[in-house]
Amino acid sequence: METIILFAPLLGAVIAGFGWRMIGETGAIWLSTGLLFLVALLSWIVFLGFDGETRQTELFRYIQSGALDTSWAIRLDRLTAIMLVVVTTVSSLVHLYSVGYMAGDANFRDGESYRPRFFAYLSFFTFAMLMLVTSDNLVQMFFGWEGVGVASYLLIGFYFRKPSANAAAIKAFIVNRVGDFGFALGIFGLFLMVDSINFDDVFAAGPVLAETQLQFLWREWNAANLLAFLLFVGAMGKSAQFFLHTWLPDAMEGPTPVSALIHAATMVTAGVFLVCRMSPLLEFAPEAKAIIVWIGAITAFFAATVALVQNDIKRVIAYSTCSQLGYMFVAAGVGVYSAAMFHLFTHAFFKAMLFLGAGAVIHGMHHEQDMRHYGGLRHRMPRTFWAMLIGTLAITGVGIPLTTIGFAGFLSKDAIIESAWGAHSPAGDFAFWALVIAAFMTSFYSWRLMFLTFFGAPRGDRHTHEHAHESPAVMVIPLAGLALGAVFAGMIWFKPFFGTHEEVNAFYGVPEHHAEATHGHGADDHTEATTGAGDHAEGWMPGQGAVFTHPENHVLEAAHRAPKWVKLSPAVMMLLGLGLAWLFYIRAPGLPGRLARAQPRAYRFLLNKWYVDEIYDAAFVRPAMAGGRLLWRRGDGTIIDGALNGIAMGVIPFLTRLAGRAQSGYIFTYAFAMVIGVVVLISWMMIGGGAE
Amino acid sequence: MIATDIAAILPEVILAVLAMGALLGAVYTGGDRTTPLLIWSAALVMVALGVWIGFGMSGTRTAFGGAFINDGFARFAKVAVLWSAAVVLLMSLDYLSRCDLLRFEFPLLVALAVVGMMMMVSAGDLMALYMGLELQSLALYVAASLRRDSVKSTEAGLKYFVLGALGSGLLLYGCSLAYGFAGTTQFSGIIATAQDGHVGIGLLFGLVFIITGLAFKVSAVPFHMWTPDVYEGAPTPVTAFFATAPKMAAMALFARVMHDAFGAAVADWSGIIALLSVGSMFLGAVAAIGQRDIKRLMAYSSIAHMGFALMGLAAGTGFGVQAMLIYMAIYLAMSLGVFAFILSLERDGRPVTDIGNLHQYSRQQPLRALCMLVLLFSLAGVPPMVGFFGKFYVLRAAVEADMIWLAVAGVIASVIGAFYYLRIVYFMYFGEEREPLDPPASTVQWAVLVASAAVMVFGVVNLLGIEGPAAMAAEALVR
Repeated sequence: METIILFAPLLGAVIAGFGWRMIGETGAIWLSTGLLFLVALLSWIVFLGFDGETRQTELFRYIQSGALDTSWAIRLDRLTAIMLVVVTTVSSLVHLYSVGYMAGDANFRDGESYRPRFFAYLSFFTFAMLMLVTSDNLVQMFFGWEGVGVASYLLIGFYFRKPSANAAAIKAFIVNRVGDFGFALGIFGLFLMVDSINFDDVFAAGPVLAETQLQFLWREWNAANLLAFLLFVGAMGKSAQFFLHTWLPDAMEGPTPVSALIHAATMVTAGVFLVCRMSPLLEFAPEAKAIIVWIGAITAFFAATVALVQNDIKRVIAYSTCSQLGYMFVAAGVGVYSAAMFHLFTHAFFKAMLFLGAGAVIHGMHHEQDMRHYGGLRHRMPRTFWAMLIGTLAITGVGIPLTTIGFAGFLSKDAIIESAWGAHSPAGDFAFWALVIAAFMTSFYSWRLMFLTFFGAPRGDRHTHEHAHESPAVMVIPLAGLALGAVFAGMIWFKPFFGTHEEVNAFYGVPEHHAEATHGHGADDHTEATTGAGDHAEGWMPGQGAVFTHPENHVLEAAHRAPKWVKLSPAVMMLLGLGLAWLFYIRAPGLPGRLARAQPRAYRFLLNKWYVDEIYDAAFVRPAMAGGRLLWRRGDGTIIDGALNGIAMGVIPFLTRLAGRAQSGYIFTYAFAMVIGVVVLISWMMIGGGAE
Repeated sequence: MIATDIAAILPEVILAVLAMGALLGAVYTGGDRTTPLLIWSAALVMVALGVWIGFGMSGTRTAFGGAFINDGFARFAKVAVLWSAAVVLLMSLDYLSRCDLLRFEFPLLVALAVVGMMMMVSAGDLMALYMGLELQSLALYVAASLRRDSVKSTEAGLKYFVLGALGSGLLLYGCSLAYGFAGTTQFSGIIATAQDGHVGIGLLFGLVFIITGLAFKVSAVPFHMWTPDVYEGAPTPVTAFFATAPKMAAMALFARVMHDAFGAAVADWSGIIALLSVGSMFLGAVAAIGQRDIKRLMAYSSIAHMGFALMGLAAGTGFGVQAMLIYMAIYLAMSLGVFAFILSLERDGRPVTDIGNLHQYSRQQPLRALCMLVLLFSLAGVPPMVGFFGKFYVLRAAVEADMIWLAVAGVIASVIGAFYYLRIVYFMYFGEEREPLDPPASTVQWAVLVASAAVMVFGVVNLLGIEGPAAMAAEALVR
């Protein structure tokens, strides 16, 4: 069944991409969509029927070279099962949505066939993403990692006639390259230390790595910390964390379904998945974990501030995605991997829904994306409005505090904030406050989006507003599907993801018999009576079960025992944000403009996204371009071409003429040359040669 | 005693006797009318002798007190010489008859030259060396001026003769010095005089002069100047012969003298050979660029190829000799194909040699143009043609002998040389429209061309098994 899940999208991609001339455009579209729905169905069957035991299905041998022995295998455990559901569900709904959204696109000329290509890319992306999440070793994972990168590149630049789309595609690719460099270094390093890149071997080596030093650049590092950090650099690139986030907002140049699928629900969460997957290594790398928390918290805060002032509807959601990814990294960084996966899971639903809703608005408004030109659309697009409302309620975390009743985002986001508090570390405390403030801003910008779009009076072009229309059924049905997830996913799966240790362990297939013993409260993960590194070999089996938590990692219980004010704080922040947004955009719409004029510097700072792009431009892009131009003009053009052309067109013909002139045709010239030759040889022999 | 000596030298004796008998017979019977018969029978005899020598003999035998050596190395060279001479004879027949050059002396001169070459490669003594060399050379001088009524042909023969005499003089002077300082003319005696890897200064002088004489025969720079003129002036079949069998024989003799007589003083001579090698490779590559006549071009091409073969010899190792033999065998196969092509070039019944005539040749003769393309790529050393592997072998030999500068120079020279080969390809495929050439008639030439091209392509599999025999031959020589 896993094999079908994995390869059906590839089949769809190949047929839609290469064979659409035979089965027709419509045939290709519905074939790939249909295959995706089949895959989604199978994925749910796998997910719901999964018992937690890790299963490996070997497909074929891949690379054998020296100590490197990898096979192409499907690793099915709880993490994989979660990702399968997320990827295939969102992907199938996005396929369906695209049937409506991509019809009659103004970016293409009449009669041009672009839709089969789009669906082929979407299906190929799905295949690559499934490849990534089902991988059993790092090479296979890297294959999927790069595969989704390629698909992302192709889809961001899908409107290839738009220069901005091409630039965004290239930017995404290059920024990801920076991250991939770290990821590749991490893989090399792991292979160097462990002599294997299979997950089982790598996981088992965690305790050993924690006590090994590794020479890298100028000094020695703790191997576990260094390698975990390098892998995290890869995750930063893919998941658009601060420093490597600049590509994500630009990636909104792609069609909106792409933004929903790739840049909100699935690909960008690959980094979170990687960090959770590597939990057996990460648990032995405390410094690397702290860095992850810091970066995640900074990203969550930074992206939320930028989202406050953006006017492009898709950019607001893009920064929101960036911010939510920061939340997930905080959870993973403090060691509550299941909370990270929980948020990943719920976020996929409501963020995809927000994007698809935004897409419906854009579609209905004739590709107008500036929110300042919206307003009052809830009458024109009632169904879209309700969908967006549910998404907003989910992302802002509406629910009944101190219970487990609420929208999906309420449960998962609160879980993360409590975990950050429960970490009781400097990084955790910082993260707690950053995330709480970010929760306030999340609420503000989400409601700002809602109010600007659906409430108030229509602004902007009257003609556009008069023709604004509700989207066709193929676009609304996926919204309904996602809405189910956005409302119920949190409540249904709260206990497995963020319940007690026993519940979480059972969910992730962590062996039960490890769960009692020394620490008394029966709540730590899976350890015998050992904490010393020496006994690791038999006592701990990192890799049994989908995630691993160190026996001294008690963040989960600490989070559950968090005081009430901690648990209440996100809800309070959510209400404050809602209130402020209401004040700014419903009650007194002139207020935001006055504030912006009163604080022009702060406003421009946020509007220009903290000037990160400008700094990178000055620090990296321009010097690189200048260096490239220097090497091209001077190095390649003048020196290399000049030298070669000079030799080929100057020196050699000159020598040829010389040789031709020597060939006079007279015997005495030839004889003279021979005698000279003898003289030279004798002299050579006497002076430089063998004669002693 | 004498019977065993004769047994060792039997193939040479047979060929010589047959050639002389045929000479008498032809003079007293049909004269030039017997030429086709003579060509066919001479070719068949040579092929048969090649088979006999190559597959029917083994071990090392010496005769005439060490003056004649029949070992694996000699046999490798003899087979190559015999077969290439036979192929040249067969593909010449058509050309000679059309040019009214069907003289019965031609096959006999070739046969006698081959006898000389067989003597050369089996020489174990300076006297035998000289005897074989002169027998070969005299036959070739005459062959060069085969077309008596042509000024160019006679000029070529005369130039070759005069310069050849000078070269022989230098060689003889070297031989006399070697005899004077070593006290013997036998290679096995000369090698015994070396001490600590070096020989005395007098012997070294002799060595340089001997090298000079041999370099003249392989047309290495700066003793190459006769080559373009003679190649251009001599009738094309004779040129084809010059470019193949004698080169193989002279190169084998070169290796024989260097390793058998001076093998104990490799360090003394490898530098000189390397110098000759570099000079030949570069001059061959550079000077050929200016040539419009394909025969002159092939002359420079052969100079460059001899430079590469000398690189293997300069390495001074057994592997170097093996590389040299492989290189020469590949060179023979390529040259035969190219000359089969050149022999077929005609316009209005007259042979043409200007490469300008090849414009758009691929339109007229797609298959031949393709074969020629393969051969030219192979000559240039472009992978995956066999010619690349020949170069690869000698370069490897040079690198393994710590002569990296020589290998680098060889690579640069081959890059320069690629220009003129590829220019012909360019003419054939992308040139301007010109008056077409006559459609070629000879099946033998066609077969040789196609077979040669096929070898260049399919030989990449295992070089047609030539490595093993070449290795055995090198082993027989370098002990």
